[in-house]
Amino acid sequence: MERKRSIKIVVAGEGGQGVQAVAEILAEAAYEDGAQALYIPAFGVEQRGGVSLAFLQISDQPVAAPKFEKGDIVVALSERAVRRTRQYVGPETVFIYDGLAEIKEEELPRTARRILNIPAVAVARAELHPRVFNIVIMGAVIGATRVVPVDQAKKALEKRLGYKFEQDPKLRELNHRALERGVELVDGILKGGGN
Amino acid sequence: MTVKPAMPESWRLETKPHKFCPGCGHGIALRALGQAIDELGIQDRVVFGCDIGCSLLAWDFFNVDSVQTHHGRTTPVVTGIKRANPELICVAYMGDGGGYAIGAQHLVNAAGRNERITVILANNTQYAMTGGQMAPTTLPGQKTETSPYGRDPEATGHPAKGPEMVAAITGEDAYVARGTVSKLPQLRRMMVRALQNQIEGRGFSFVEVLSTCPTNWRTNAKDTWEFLEKKMPAHFRTGELKVPAAAGKDEDGKKAVH
Amino acid sequence: MSGAVMAEKRVFMTGNEVVAWAAVAARADVMYGYPITPQNEVMHYWTRLAPKHGKIFLQTEDELSAGFATIGGVLAGKKCFTATAGPGNVLMQEPVSMAEMMRLPVVVVVMQRGGPSTATVIYSQQEVTLTTFGGNGEGFRVVYSTAGLQELYDHTIKAFNTAWRYRFPVFVLADGYQAKMREPLTVYDPVERGIEPVAPEPYVGRPGKPGADRPPGHYRNTYNTEEELYAVVLEQAAEYERVAPEIVEHEESGAEGAAVLVVAHGVVARAAKQAVELLRAEGLKAGYFRPVTLRPLPAEALRTAAGRAGRLLVVESAYGQFARLVRDALYGLTVDVVPLYKPGLGITAEEIASRCRELAASSARTE
Repeated sequence: MERKRSIKIVVAGEGGQGVQAVAEILAEAAYEDGAQALYIPAFGVEQRGGVSLAFLQISDQPVAAPKFEKGDIVVALSERAVRRTRQYVGPETVFIYDGLAEIKEEELPRTARRILNIPAVAVARAELHPRVFNIVIMGAVIGATRVVPVDQAKKALEKRLGYKFEQDPKLRELNHRALERGVELVDGILKGGGN
Repeated sequence: MTVKPAMPESWRLETKPHKFCPGCGHGIALRALGQAIDELGIQDRVVFGCDIGCSLLAWDFFNVDSVQTHHGRTTPVVTGIKRANPELICVAYMGDGGGYAIGAQHLVNAAGRNERITVILANNTQYAMTGGQMAPTTLPGQKTETSPYGRDPEATGHPAKGPEMVAAITGEDAYVARGTVSKLPQLRRMMVRALQNQIEGRGFSFVEVLSTCPTNWRTNAKDTWEFLEKKMPAHFRTGELKVPAAAGKDEDGKKAVH
Repeated sequence: MSGAVMAEKRVFMTGNEVVAWAAVAARADVMYGYPITPQNEVMHYWTRLAPKHGKIFLQTEDELSAGFATIGGVLAGKKCFTATAGPGNVLMQEPVSMAEMMRLPVVVVVMQRGGPSTATVIYSQQEVTLTTFGGNGEGFRVVYSTAGLQELYDHTIKAFNTAWRYRFPVFVLADGYQAKMREPLTVYDPVERGIEPVAPEPYVGRPGKPGADRPPGHYRNTYNTEEELYAVVLEQAAEYERVAPEIVEHEESGAEGAAVLVVAHGVVARAAKQAVELLRAEGLKAGYFRPVTLRPLPAEALRTAAGRAGRLLVVESAYGQFARLVRDALYGLTVDVVPLYKPGLGITAEEIASRCRELAASSARTE
């Protein structure tokens, strides 16, 4: 199947939210899927106690600059992350956030083409485990972009967390569920025309 | 039969007489080192590193592989050699400026890491090659080009006690001593023991050598000797400060030679 | 060492990891290093690879010590390298000057961070002047400026051969982006591709008793007279100029008849290349020139390309450090040189393209 891909993604959140893992696993999945992928963390002095920021580009063509001006997808998982990522939101950007992450409505970047409120925290807490909240977000990014097949993302998860899955196969199930739920959440919103 | 001055075998005849000033202590310190190299039979394994300042005049002094650098960086250069080829016996020879001022971090850290190298440091209480400025080792009241009214400990502190510092920061496997060019046999023994500590793979070894600089001290022979024998020992006590237990007693049967 | 050190394979790794693997592939024996962001992971990966491949590592007390210990290791006959950045690169200039003076092969990998001083730990191209001409000397060194992780791998391997073949210090100049980013590349054993590693030779500790079986190796970097030094430096200059044509590397496309020739190096050159492709697709005559070696600079090729172009746009993540090298090479040509300087900031293809469009439009107006 011929697919044309060229997508720029920013993921931002607080330390410990698993922001870098989301970007890294997506990058790995895209790479394994035969795409050109370039992932770079923002690693300023800020990395200690500041907003954690990841830049990811996936393309069929070689990626030029490691960073970019506007993201096609910008994910912000905290109020500080919303502020920090505002510069990367343009008129073509799909902005993803979690309404439960104490983000005020008026802080949201109105310039975005579309703003998606993904209740990843709530879903993870109610149905899965709070720890896989970032995997729900990853699923949402895949749902919004179809940049990598879900199966490829599962393989990348396996590569990264396989050793843990071996010890506790339930974890594998949990992560796969989280990924699928993320995709479903976006599908639901897009089909329902909500937000 | 003509009597030739006894020259260590490891000295390089082609570069003698050496380039040090008359009355300079470097020649005696390097004689002790040469004798120690001869005694241990390690001429084919020694790498001699020398620093900037007067010590650099020794870059072609020995019939051993030699390398010259500056600012106390001789210590990391020979560390780099030793780590890359532990078979070699690596000696860093420098002055008090290189070891205690501009390159102090190298001495401190090489000692702290227990590098299997030997550092020999000539203490002549000032920077000689640059024209006699104050050094960390300058004595209280001593006049230098940058302390023309005498070193004032209130303003610039007290003479640095290098071997005491090295002894304090090293483990039990280090050898630390302070000798003087006025006692050649003792100095030679210290050099032998320092090198042995390296050869046997025990650890860091350090010998400070109280040395002379009549050129910058502006002293005649008698005053030079008096400065070395009377004034310097008042601040710098000679003897072995640290001897690894495994090294045993020295040949006089004394643990420390004061 | 013989036999493949690694099977050829496609990998997805960070630049710092790439450097460590490339050093293993190049048969490097020793790394002496000191922590500074963004190159730390070079050491992290090297220390993990070291025991498996019989390699040596020492964390020194500072970059002076790392550089001088590297020189020591080279003297002992080992292939040694170090990696640094920013203020560490400032300190590194002192040992590199010694290597330059003594014609010792050392390899230094630099991951540029923001400057001056502490500045940022992230990214810049602000260590160009320092890396090409730092130290109290004439800049007789080789500087490869890489534009991505495949090149970082290839040129780190190449750096060892260049250093040991020509006995000038060699820098691999990358940056924080290349250090920290992850992208696909192919790692391979250079020997399997017919790239024979130049074997190192010991300067000290060769067999035999010095003075009896062989002359002692006496290595100094101090001279007594002006004339003595003058002769040494002139000899080095002649040698550097002689080998420079064998070392220079560049990349260019569409320079012939380009209305705008974009000149960039390192990671910025990727954006420049893409910008030029964008512009050409739009029908704008844009060209691209990228020196891979900043020292020696491919001056002849640059002059030729510039001579055929309407004007030059020099793009860099610094305030004119690279442009100074370019202008120096172009001396005597009348071609217009327009700057696009973003010190310490990444540059995108879109920015470069839009600046080119502006330039093309202003040329069209004046015509």
